Amino acid sequence: MFEFCADPASLEGASWLACYLTTGKHMNLYWSILTVLSLLLITAPTALLFGFAGASAARSTFMPVRWVGQVYVAIVRGVPDIAFFLFFVIALDQGFEYLRHQVFCPDWAEPIRQGNDFIVCKAAKLPLSTSPQWVHEVYGFMLAVITFAIVFGAFAANVLLGAMRAVPHAQLETAEAYGMHRRQVFWRILVPQMWLYALPGLSNLWVILIKATPLLFLLGVEDIVYWARELGGTKHARYTDYPHGDWRIWYFLGLLVFYLVFTHISERVLAKVNRRLSRGQATVGATP
Amino acid sequence: MSCLTTIQDYALRSIGIGKRILPTTDISVCEQFTLIGSGLIWNVYFGVLALLAGFFLACILALGKNSNTAALRRPSEWFIFLFRGSPLFIQFFFAYFAFLALKKAGLVPWLTSAQAGALLVLVFNTAAYSAEIFYGALRAIPKGDVEAADAYGFSGWKKFRRIVWPSMLRLSWSAYTNEAIFLMHATTLVFFSGFPAWQQKGDALYYASYFADKTFNPFVPYPILAAYFILLTLVVIGLFGLVNRRLNKHLPSNQRQKIKLKLNLIR
Repeated sequence: MFEFCADPASLEGASWLACYLTTGKHMNLYWSILTVLSLLLITAPTALLFGFAGASAARSTFMPVRWVGQVYVAIVRGVPDIAFFLFFVIALDQGFEYLRHQVFCPDWAEPIRQGNDFIVCKAAKLPLSTSPQWVHEVYGFMLAVITFAIVFGAFAANVLLGAMRAVPHAQLETAEAYGMHRRQVFWRILVPQMWLYALPGLSNLWVILIKATPLLFLLGVEDIVYWARELGGTKHARYTDYPHGDWRIWYFLGLLVFYLVFTHISERVLAKVNRRLSRGQATVGATP
Repeated sequence: MSCLTTIQDYALRSIGIGKRILPTTDISVCEQFTLIGSGLIWNVYFGVLALLAGFFLACILALGKNSNTAALRRPSEWFIFLFRGSPLFIQFFFAYFAFLALKKAGLVPWLTSAQAGALLVLVFNTAAYSAEIFYGALRAIPKGDVEAADAYGFSGWKKFRRIVWPSMLRLSWSAYTNEAIFLMHATTLVFFSGFPAWQQKGDALYYASYFADKTFNPFVPYPILAAYFILLTLVVIGLFGLVNRRLNKHLPSNQRQKIKLKLNLIR
């Protein structure tokens, strides 16, 4: 990157470090931080949407919809979230391929599951074997985003359901007395008021979401954990201009600090937002 | 091969007793049930030991954080912040490579194994989360109780042991039950985070993902794993409910703390 990096063997001290930290592979590490951030920015609103749908479904008067909602809300309590992550990535992939298989190759005779194999026709493969590398990476990332959204949607549904229950019942009854029907009560009275009650839970969820991002590594995405392992491993002089021993401990120390700072800043900002929003509200935590 | 011989072969496979080779072809549902259940031994091992050790450490940390002496308060605060503010996954990775470095220096070589090293991380982690819960409960103990204890001449260790500690536990038990459940769930991370599973002796999720890889069918092993964990969760709730009953024994029934399952503490 810098001009003085032309001959790494002659470098020492700070200039060696500057050159070392700006090699092409390290650039990949820095890019993967952007991957994490974009995952957060895409997942948070999607999960909120999933959660809102789940919580509304759990309150539905139509029984099957209510059951779907309640199961969605309840299931994450009993089962480790990592199991969901590992499950959904394969299940979603196979689900998509199965649907495409039904559409593109309707006259395929053989069964899709043959012993230990899952076989769909060539046209149904996702992504197509002919597509370039970046399509594969984007597809993997997209699967990860959907998985995160489903799992955190269930958490968010939990929080939102609690918040909906926390809205004083008298408010809803008053609205009904004024002649609003169910839908109007929901959208005009319940939803605007529930956010205040949901905010502490949702801020908690945001911090949890940040702390869940390293699990991207398990989903096969080349994220910061992947690059930290990759770059930290012992490098011999034969293969690289910057030989070093096993430095993984330092890379992971870096990641540890990165996450500590990230969650700490988030918590402080969210606490401020929380104080600001609850100003003048009739709750215990509110400031006058 | 009947299911009974499968159970004989694989029921204790995760601790190295039984058949060495894992099933590779024609994997039956029975084999998946047995091996995933066998892996659960490790989840229970990590969970129970981390809870036991973490409980005492958490009590000390909570008292430390509540202390007026900065020399006691600061370290406790930092410990809690460090372990609650960073992902458990990264903590595992960092700890593993730190233990590797120690091993190279000739110190505590046994810590690089999951059974010891990962357990240590889990103990510290759950201690930090529980300490925060206990600290909240310490602040919530009714002033009158402590003043009454003072009036009766309680002080020092006796006051803590007879008055403060039981109240703290009673007030925090609901949240602590949740912490125990999520600790059980967190134990599934161990073998995905650098700590090696020697001779394929892994935990429940390790075997579940092994089967998902081999059969390329996630719809059997993961629901089995889910069933086991729901069962484990129910056992935890049952046991903690017993303790909760004992902690609330002296109170009239309308003042007792109920265990509320909340989703406020995952890593």
